[in-house]
Amino acid sequence: MNRYLPFEWIAATRFMRNGLMQTLLIISGVALGVSVIVFMSALLTGLQSNLFRRTLDYQAQIVIIPPEDVARPLRGGGPVAEAAILQPRSQRLRSVDQWQKVRDLIRRMPEVVAVTPVVSGPGFAARGDASKAVNITGIEPDSYLRIIALRDKIVAGHLSVSNAEIIIGTELANDLGVKVGDKLSLSPASGAMQTLIVSGIFDFGNKGINGRNVYVALRVAQSMLDLAGGVSSIELNVRDPFLAETTAQQIAAQTNVQVDSWITTNAQFFTAMSAQTMSNTFIRFFVGLTAALGIASVLVVSVVQKSKEIGILRAMGTTQQQILRVFLIQGGVMGMIGSLFGSALGAVFLSFWRGVAKNPDGTQMFAITAEPRLFVIATIGATLIGVLSAAAPARRAARLDPAVAIRG
Amino acid sequence: MADIASAAQPVLQLVNVHKSYGTGTRVEQEVLRGIDLVLRKGEFAALIGPSGSGKSTLLNLIGLLDRASSGQLFIDGEETGALDDTSLTRLRGRSIGFVFQHSYLLEEFTALENVMMPLLATHGWPSEAMRTTALELLGRVGLERWKDHKATELSGGQQQRVAIARALAMKPPMILADEPTGNLDTRSADGVFDLLREVNSHLGTSFLIVTHDTRLAQRCDRIIELVDGRIVSDQPNLQVVRHEAGD
Repeated sequence: MNRYLPFEWIAATRFMRNGLMQTLLIISGVALGVSVIVFMSALLTGLQSNLFRRTLDYQAQIVIIPPEDVARPLRGGGPVAEAAILQPRSQRLRSVDQWQKVRDLIRRMPEVVAVTPVVSGPGFAARGDASKAVNITGIEPDSYLRIIALRDKIVAGHLSVSNAEIIIGTELANDLGVKVGDKLSLSPASGAMQTLIVSGIFDFGNKGINGRNVYVALRVAQSMLDLAGGVSSIELNVRDPFLAETTAQQIAAQTNVQVDSWITTNAQFFTAMSAQTMSNTFIRFFVGLTAALGIASVLVVSVVQKSKEIGILRAMGTTQQQILRVFLIQGGVMGMIGSLFGSALGAVFLSFWRGVAKNPDGTQMFAITAEPRLFVIATIGATLIGVLSAAAPARRAARLDPAVAIRG
Repeated sequence: MADIASAAQPVLQLVNVHKSYGTGTRVEQEVLRGIDLVLRKGEFAALIGPSGSGKSTLLNLIGLLDRASSGQLFIDGEETGALDDTSLTRLRGRSIGFVFQHSYLLEEFTALENVMMPLLATHGWPSEAMRTTALELLGRVGLERWKDHKATELSGGQQQRVAIARALAMKPPMILADEPTGNLDTRSADGVFDLLREVNSHLGTSFLIVTHDTRLAQRCDRIIELVDGRIVSDQPNLQVVRHEAGD
């Protein structure tokens, strides 16, 4: 008898050891359930983060732009509009009103992790006879790089956008026949042309973006797009990308600007991600429920089998609370041991998956990292489920009338 | 013996105890009808009666496994009517030892651990002192050599001896024995009964033994007869008294 364990633990462990086959079966069931949860969670997290990274690689989670110009109906003092047809106004490039103030306001929000001003507008990039329509993006590299991982995408040259430098995509570089160090002409849709030196070439893995986006210094873009001192948008990232829409609405409520989150601009993608998360949650719930029912059923049988022993324990001075704890401990221990084996099994499944799910070139299809947190949560969760599922049989055992139990 | 007993303090006292089942329904059945009973320290009494006379019900009440419908029940001087379940359980643990027809040893534990079990349940954590007490008790019932054997590895008589040692673990003033030899062959039954008597005479533990076995009842100091929920006879067993006086 282990002198470092109290009565309840000694009784619980002996009961489990005595019904070893039942105990092993239910531990195996819990282990299998936990392994499925661990494997599926890691797989889905990996898949989602891969899709997510690809989507948010080249766009901020929240973009603040000036409110759209709206044509107002002409009214002659009464309720009836005088003009029969109302044409929507064309949108000109405008600056976010008092953008520094808006930026400072956003910076103070606890959920915001990075904010950057951006000047963006249409233009043309030309070299010799070749000319391509581009989207000129003026950035402040320090803050912009905290939102868009542009540095990681540089495949030639380096990330530098001083007054005379420009960063272009691989597609545009091919179309114009330029390489790092070459000059190209950049001009806005209407305005003066400027000659810039290609300092770096990026590859976002997206043909459209590689052919269309060019990055210059914020001041260069301001001057070219006739937005001196202004910015066309403020971009920001928040701690939890899935709460971006909530933050966007908070910002919109506090400022007179239009705020778009990636959730509204990528509605279909977000819906697909949410559906995936929900289906995973459902699967986890039902696997957990199955494990819980397994533990509960084993303990219910155990209570019936041991009713005489429970009766005699009660007769010799064991309280209802002690009996309750004996069975709760059994549930918790079975849940915990099952979850430990399940975590190990899940890790084996993941390792197997990494070996199988590969691209034709041998590289990993997408990165799956099973974070230690996942195993900790699975273990704590399964232990709690074990305790909770033991609650009903434990109450039943505690409430057994000792006189009836002893006499059978 | 009876005179000595009457001078000793009561370990059990019942005052006008009634017990009914199905109270308030059309099938209300009164099982015990006004029981008055005193068991004093060191007494060795048999409770006899035909089937359905209320012996088991009375034993459950005295063992604090059930509550009386009315009347008062004192265990070791403490009135039990107002106690909650936990207090009753604690009082039961320290004041009453049980020996049943079947030993009901916990098969997960060794003989020694079974004897330690009441101490462990009461104090919470195992200790060397508990082990020493349990070893002493196993020695008293002649099973020290079997201390590490599981209950299932012992004979019926040995199991019942372990159950007696277990009942003595908390040094209770009273042991309730329900047909303690009912499941044993004659030889083992005699051995177990002799052991109960030895415990009674050496430790002064009071015994109330429920039995159908008249031979066994005739070896007790006092015989209480229950018929239809009433005590119809409560006499010292003169045969034993005379025999002991002759000794």
